[in-house]
Amino acid sequence: MSGMMAVFWKELADYFSSKRFIILSLLVYVAGIITILLAAQNIRTMAAGGTSTVFILLFLSAPQEFLRFFLERLSLFVSPFTFLFMLLIPFIGISFGIDSINGERTSGNLSRILAQPIYRDAVINGKFLAGLIAMSILIASIVILVAGMGLRMIGVPPTADEILRLFAFMLVSIIYGAFWMSLAVLFSVLFRSTTTSVLISVVLWVFFFVFSFFNIGQYIAGLIIPVDQTSGIDTLSQFETTYRLISRISPFYLYGEAVQILLMPFITTANIATMLANSIGTLNPLSLGRSLLVVWPQLTTLIALTGLCFAISYIKFMREEIRST
Amino acid sequence: MEEKAIIETKELVKAYGKFIAVDKLNLRIDEGEIFGFLGPNGAGKTTTILMLLGLTEPTSGKARICGFDPTREPLKVKRITGYLPEKVGFYEDLTAKENLDYTAALNSIPRKVASRKIDELLGMVGLSEMTKQKVGTFSHGMKQRLGIADVMIKDPKVAFFDEPTAGIDPEGIEQVLTLITNMAKHKVTIVLSSHQLQQVQKICTRVGILAKGHLVAEGSVDKLGREAISGGKFRIEIQLSKQTGKLVKSIKSIKGVTNVESSGDLLLISCDKDLRAQIARTVVDSGSLLIQMKIEEYGLNDIYMKYFREQ
Repeated sequence: MSGMMAVFWKELADYFSSKRFIILSLLVYVAGIITILLAAQNIRTMAAGGTSTVFILLFLSAPQEFLRFFLERLSLFVSPFTFLFMLLIPFIGISFGIDSINGERTSGNLSRILAQPIYRDAVINGKFLAGLIAMSILIASIVILVAGMGLRMIGVPPTADEILRLFAFMLVSIIYGAFWMSLAVLFSVLFRSTTTSVLISVVLWVFFFVFSFFNIGQYIAGLIIPVDQTSGIDTLSQFETTYRLISRISPFYLYGEAVQILLMPFITTANIATMLANSIGTLNPLSLGRSLLVVWPQLTTLIALTGLCFAISYIKFMREEIRST
Repeated sequence: MEEKAIIETKELVKAYGKFIAVDKLNLRIDEGEIFGFLGPNGAGKTTTILMLLGLTEPTSGKARICGFDPTREPLKVKRITGYLPEKVGFYEDLTAKENLDYTAALNSIPRKVASRKIDELLGMVGLSEMTKQKVGTFSHGMKQRLGIADVMIKDPKVAFFDEPTAGIDPEGIEQVLTLITNMAKHKVTIVLSSHQLQQVQKICTRVGILAKGHLVAEGSVDKLGREAISGGKFRIEIQLSKQTGKLVKSIKSIKGVTNVESSGDLLLISCDKDLRAQIARTVVDSGSLLIQMKIEEYGLNDIYMKYFREQ
């Protein structure tokens, strides 16, 4: 245990002093501020209809074209802010985990560290934990920054329910980041060269990006269940279910679904294709507990994927022979 | 042997698939020794060290360090052993002191104790000026010295150095070897692997030659040399002012002398033990003058070449 804590504190200190962390934070903060400015311009239209949840709209409002674009492509409600998180968190996660093990090996530190009186898993656990905490701090700070700026701009304080929703949103974002980080840690255990592991992660990121944002899911679903203008309602709903099932292969989509449900009390199912973005204010909100129930499958899937990647890395790392070369 | 064995292996085997890296190794190293592990690249030196440290599991056989089994009690073994890997690395973005701080933390050494000790060690290895410099700016020799400080921080009973002199300049080598010798004076048992013979020869009390996973020879450098080259005999070379048949005969009659050869004004005498004193007296008694006398010394190089030519 003390070994793990030693690794943890050292790694955490490394993160905060690393250029990587500083550059990523700056990038995320700048992007976050841009999204909040964008949201502030459109919040009036979104809030029309006298909704009780104004504050959270800070994270959701956007120009109509923006929202429509994603609704059409993804059947998801994606605001600039959630879009930013959807794309950037994987980058943060990957960049935090990607050289955790093979970087140590290449630099010649690994055999020196493992010759110290600590259990081998202290290294991987401590590193993962430190990455998780550093990432949590980064994510939480940007949410708080945006919330604070928004509060000054619109002057409407958040309700208790909204605060809880924001916390739930942070938690889901951290889990989403943990998934990408555990994937990166897995690659860093599997591949000896950092370049290879970076390349594979980026390829995977691009693959899921294309998969999610270029209608690949719809296309595949269309092959399985062909639909046209004459299709009946049964076929259409079957198509819809298949399409969603396929789309959920991508963590982007899973996260997108989870976030829209958590941030938007108006969404009662994962499917909002029928809901119109510009009439949010007129919809009947769900309680947070209900939203959590709806989001549960997405959440557990992300957690399970994270656990799986980490478990494989852990076993592989524990069994690995330290060799002379 | 009365001394306590610090390191002991019995029939230690390590196989990677069909490739046998270490084959039935029997080894015994006593307290306070500087044991040189010699052999060409790929002979199994590093693999043996890794097995002794519990970083690699042996395929069969047993290893003991101070009575502990490295496979079953890795933490106990790691607590008393220090290891300097061949391609040692430090965190380049951290300073020398920060790197050692981390090692101290991993060894659960309290901060205050560690801080004092680190300053002391950095002074000892001649890096006290560089305490606040990032390790990234260090030369290879400096890193190696930092590595020695890194090993010393936990006060090991046994220290393993894997090719500590590889790739550093002669002055650096000298410094590293002096530091290692000083460690041995503090009752630390040292195992040193190397393929650079001249250096090892200077400081090792005993060497073991490893080839293709086998320990082909083991013992002190002189003993190995005699065994390898002259079948265990001493060879003494003398130069005389004048040679006579009678003198040669009387040298031959000294007890222990097995052969006398003459080449020019030199006489080559083979004998079972060091008979220089007796030979000198015989020569002087005969009325001849002794110009020079030397006993053949064996370099590890000769020994090494001899063993590997046989392979």
